[in-house]
Amino acid sequence: MEHTVLCRNVSKVYRQDTVAVQALTDVSLEIPRLDFVCLSGPSGSGKSTLLNLIGGLDRPTGGEIYVDGNRVDQMEKGALAELRLRRIGFVFQAYNLIPVLTARENVEFVMQLQGVAAGERTRKAREILKEVGLEDLENRRPGELSGGQQQRVAVARAIVSAPSLVLADEPTANLDSKTAENLMQLLRHMNREHGVTFIFSTHDKLVMEFSQRLITLRDGRIVDDVRRD
Amino acid sequence: MSMLKAPLLLTLAWRNLWRHRGRTAAILFALALGVWSMVSLAALSRGSMEQQLVKAILNLTGHIQIHAPDYRDDPVVEHRLSPPGAALTAALSRPEVTAWAPRVRVPAVVASERESAGVTLVGIDPARERGLSFIPDAVTEGRYLESTDEAGILLGRKLAERLETGVGRRVVVMSQDVNNSVADRGFRVVGIFDTEPQAAEEGYVFVTLASAQRMLKLGDNISEIALMTTDRDRLDGLLAALRAAAPDLDVQPWTVVEPLLVLTEKIVNVILIVWYVIVFTAMSFGLVNTLLMAVFERTREFGLFQALGMPPRHILGQVLAESCILLAVALALGNLGGWLTVLALKDGLDLSAFAQGFEMMGVSPIIYPALRAGDVTAANVLVTVLGLAASLYPAWRAARHVPVEAITRV
Ligand SMILES: Nc1ncnc2c1ncn2[C@@H]1O[C@H](COP(=O)(O)OP(=O)(O)O)[C@@H](O)[C@H]1O
Ligand SMILES: [Mg+2]
Repeated sequence: MEHTVLCRNVSKVYRQDTVAVQALTDVSLEIPRLDFVCLSGPSGSGKSTLLNLIGGLDRPTGGEIYVDGNRVDQMEKGALAELRLRRIGFVFQAYNLIPVLTARENVEFVMQLQGVAAGERTRKAREILKEVGLEDLENRRPGELSGGQQQRVAVARAIVSAPSLVLADEPTANLDSKTAENLMQLLRHMNREHGVTFIFSTHDKLVMEFSQRLITLRDGRIVDDVRRD
Repeated sequence: MSMLKAPLLLTLAWRNLWRHRGRTAAILFALALGVWSMVSLAALSRGSMEQQLVKAILNLTGHIQIHAPDYRDDPVVEHRLSPPGAALTAALSRPEVTAWAPRVRVPAVVASERESAGVTLVGIDPARERGLSFIPDAVTEGRYLESTDEAGILLGRKLAERLETGVGRRVVVMSQDVNNSVADRGFRVVGIFDTEPQAAEEGYVFVTLASAQRMLKLGDNISEIALMTTDRDRLDGLLAALRAAAPDLDVQPWTVVEPLLVLTEKIVNVILIVWYVIVFTAMSFGLVNTLLMAVFERTREFGLFQALGMPPRHILGQVLAESCILLAVALALGNLGGWLTVLALKDGLDLSAFAQGFEMMGVSPIIYPALRAGDVTAANVLVTVLGLAASLYPAWRAARHVPVEAITRV
């Protein structure tokens, strides 16, 4: 079986002054290619911590993490940046976009870092913006877009350079339920049509409904892991 | 790789500068003001120095002087030389020599019916002094010397006032002749000259070369040969030729004859360097402060760049690009301002209202600014290189690893 993500006995301890917070304890996890996984759990249960560790934004205190077979937890900084650039897309809860760039420029940004030629970049960006339903707003800056539109641009950017994995940390938290549902449908569409593995977190029941697999965290441990399809 | 990203970095930098127009305008103004002050002050002090130098060189110095070996230590009639022979005349005819003239120049006393004063008696060939010294153009009353052997004399205005004499009157000049006896001779005042510094107006009296030689029983001997060239800063070749042509004479450039002038130039250089450093220090504080502000308020953005896989060197490059744009625009404005200032002052900046002492020191109260490529280049290179160096710190702060909570915190 091909795994996009593999976690073995991952733990994370945050130290603040003298207090140590055990954010994750002994988390082991296999996520096969093309999975559409929801991390659920109450606030403070470790969802963000786990996503950040998988994305190489932070390092675990113990354990091993692999993305596409690459060991992430010990990877050197430059290689991590390269891995994020080529294989991982991020969608955060808010402030996803670069304020001084237009919607299309934001989508092109990652391709620009990858060295994709200008013509192809623009063509791909237009295509994906059309797919997320924003073809008419490509020249707007983030400040001129609604929260839902901003999240769609973020999804377009995450997907456009054909990563193998998209990590979305509470992507719907700032959206009303209708907009949230639309965004989840978009993520699912991308998962199917573009062949990308998705891991997203939420504590919203409605959003969990969209997942193929629902992992529940509590106090930094996996307490439930069910396939729903 | 990095080259490909330059347009992206410049776009980001440019738009970020527009994000805070007021702040960008303020720092641009401050930087441009600094550059303007560097360029303008350099032009004014160079101009003032250049005027002083030109005046001093016209004040009987010339670019090169030739004397008998002991004359400069003791400028008396015994230390004299023969008129230039064939070899020296040939050297003096080199194309870079624009004018040269023989002179008699000895201490003397000049007396009117009422007063007397110690002066330097200068015997000149009136025509040859044109383009070589100030005197042909300085006569403001009466006339300049005409024939080579007339018995006229030129006095400075201050001296004429002291002697209570004037054009058309007679004065007596006394000095020591070659036989060590006192020589005296009457001259008619044919012209009064005005010049700066005052010491020159009081200290020199001019007669024709022939009458000075006759009075001092010099025959055809002279005290000095002064010459002017096309370039006062490139005299080495000519000096060598003159020395070879007259090996037993003392051939010296103006820098040796008037060492104070060289010192003036050095002082101006030091003043400019100090000024550049002061202005630059103030400017770099402003620049670093502005960039740090911009970097701190964009911590989340830099975190986002990192999360998206932008290498730290590109983040560094983005901040440096902002600094580059600021510096380039400020340099353009500052240089333009400096150039316009110099243009506006091309008829001179008159400081006589502020400082009466100027004329006494031989410094003209009217300054004509002179832009020198070297000074402008120095200011621009200094601001660019050190400005970018100062920007490295904010850029490094931006490129540091941003803690993940700074990115994800809502
Ligand atoms: N940077 C940090 N420093 C200290 N403690 C942290 C930090 N980030 C998270 N934590 C703690 O780790 C635990 C898990 O947090 P988090 O992963 O953000 O949970 P979730 O995303 O599920 O709400 C919480 O107790 C939280 O307080
Ligand atoms: Mg969270």
